[in-house]
Amino acid sequence: MQTLIIACGALAREVLALIKLNNWQHMELQCLPADLHLRPEKIPDSVEAAVGAARGKYERIFVAYADCGTGGLLAARCEKLGVEMISGPHCYSFFEGNEGFAARGEVTSFYLTDFLARQFEAFVWKPMGLDKHPELRDMYFGNYEKLVYLAQTEDEALTKAAQSAAKRLGLVFERRFTGYGDLRKALDQA
Amino acid sequence: MSDEEDDLILDELDDSELVLQMHDDLYDGMADEIAEAVHILLKRGWTPYDILTKALVEGMRIVGIDFRDGILFVPEVLLAAGAMKKGMHILKPLLVETGAPQLGKMVIGTVKGDIHDIGKNLVAMMMEGAGFEIIDLGINNPVEDYIDALKREKADILGMSALLTTTMPYMKTVIDTMVEQGIRDDYIVLVGGAPLNEEFGKAIGSDAYCRDAAVAVETAKEFMARKHNQA
Repeated sequence: MQTLIIACGALAREVLALIKLNNWQHMELQCLPADLHLRPEKIPDSVEAAVGAARGKYERIFVAYADCGTGGLLAARCEKLGVEMISGPHCYSFFEGNEGFAARGEVTSFYLTDFLARQFEAFVWKPMGLDKHPELRDMYFGNYEKLVYLAQTEDEALTKAAQSAAKRLGLVFERRFTGYGDLRKALDQA
Repeated sequence: MSDEEDDLILDELDDSELVLQMHDDLYDGMADEIAEAVHILLKRGWTPYDILTKALVEGMRIVGIDFRDGILFVPEVLLAAGAMKKGMHILKPLLVETGAPQLGKMVIGTVKGDIHDIGKNLVAMMMEGAGFEIIDLGINNPVEDYIDALKREKADILGMSALLTTTMPYMKTVIDTMVEQGIRDDYIVLVGGAPLNEEFGKAIGSDAYCRDAAVAVETAKEFMARKHNQA
C-alpha cells in the first residue's frame, strides 16, 4: 500500500524531486490546481474532495499544503478528515524553514519561489491585472521594499527571471537559496 | 470618425440617465468620466451629498456585489475605487462646506506586522462615502496606536484589517488589551481581511467580521443605530 501526497500544484516539481532524491517508492503524488493559491477559500473543500476520492486506496494520505491563506480552516478540515498537513503559514515559510522564517520577522518583503519565478506572469502579473493596468502596481506593491527569491534549486535562468520580476515590481532584489527546507522533513514523516 | 460619433456626451443625458451612466463608468473604472459627471451634476444644482450617495456610493455598492459574487476581481475593484476616489476628491471640500450627515467616527488600520492595505483602504473609502469620519492609521499598527487614536479621537468604531494568517491573531492582542483597560465595550470593533472568517471574529471577541467593504458599512450603520437606541 502506498502513501498519497495531495499537494498544491505549485509544489509538484519539488515533491517529485524529493521523491526521486530520496527514492521514496511508496509515495504517489496528486496535485490540485496551483491557481487555488489565488483563491485560498477554495482549498479546504478541494482537499476534502481529493481525500474523499482517495480513501481506501492508500495506506496513508498526506496533504502537502501549509495554511496557505485559509486562516486555520485547512488545518481544521485536515484534523476532521484525520490527515496530516505541513505546518507553517505558507510555502515561503516552510521552504526557508518555519523557525528561521518567523525569526526574520520580515514585513516588507514579497516572496517568489522557483514556481513563482517560473510562473510570475501567470500567477502574479496577470491575475493582479498588471498586464492591462500597470498603473495598479503601486497600489499592490507600494508598501513592499524588496522581492526575496527563495530558491529551491541553483538555476541561473530562474534567478534572472526573479530579478526581472523585482524590477517590474519596483522592488530591491534579494536571492536566498533555501533548498527544500521543511518540505523534506514533512514528506519524510508522511 | 465613427469613434467620435459613438462617444457618449454625458452632458446630454438627463439626471437619471447620467447617474446610471456613472454607475456603469464606476464599474468600468473610468475615472475621468466620473470626474466629468460629478462636475455636470454640481452644475445642475445637485448637492455634493446626493452625488456622493446616489451616484458614487451606489455605484460602488454594485461593484461590491459583483466582487462578492465572483463576477469582478480585485483589479476591477481597484480601478472602480480609483474612479470613486477621483469623484470624492472633487466632492470632499464641498461636503465640508455644505455639510453632510455624520454617522460616527471610525479609527481604522492594518495590524502590526502587516503592510497590506488594499482592503482597508476600500473600507475606509466606502465608510467615508456613507458618512463616517475616518481616522486612517495606515499599516503595521501596534496596539498602542489603536488605543491612543480611539481615545484621542473619541471614536465610535475600531476597524482592524489583516491579510496574513500570521498577523490576524494580533487583532486579539488589541481586543484583549482593550478588555484589560476596561474600554472594550466603549467601542464597536469590526474586523476584516482575506483569511478571516466569522468564527475567528467571534473567537477573538470582535463585534463583527465584515466580509467586504459594503458589509462593513451596513454593519457599522446597524451597530451605530443600536448604540443610539441604547443612549
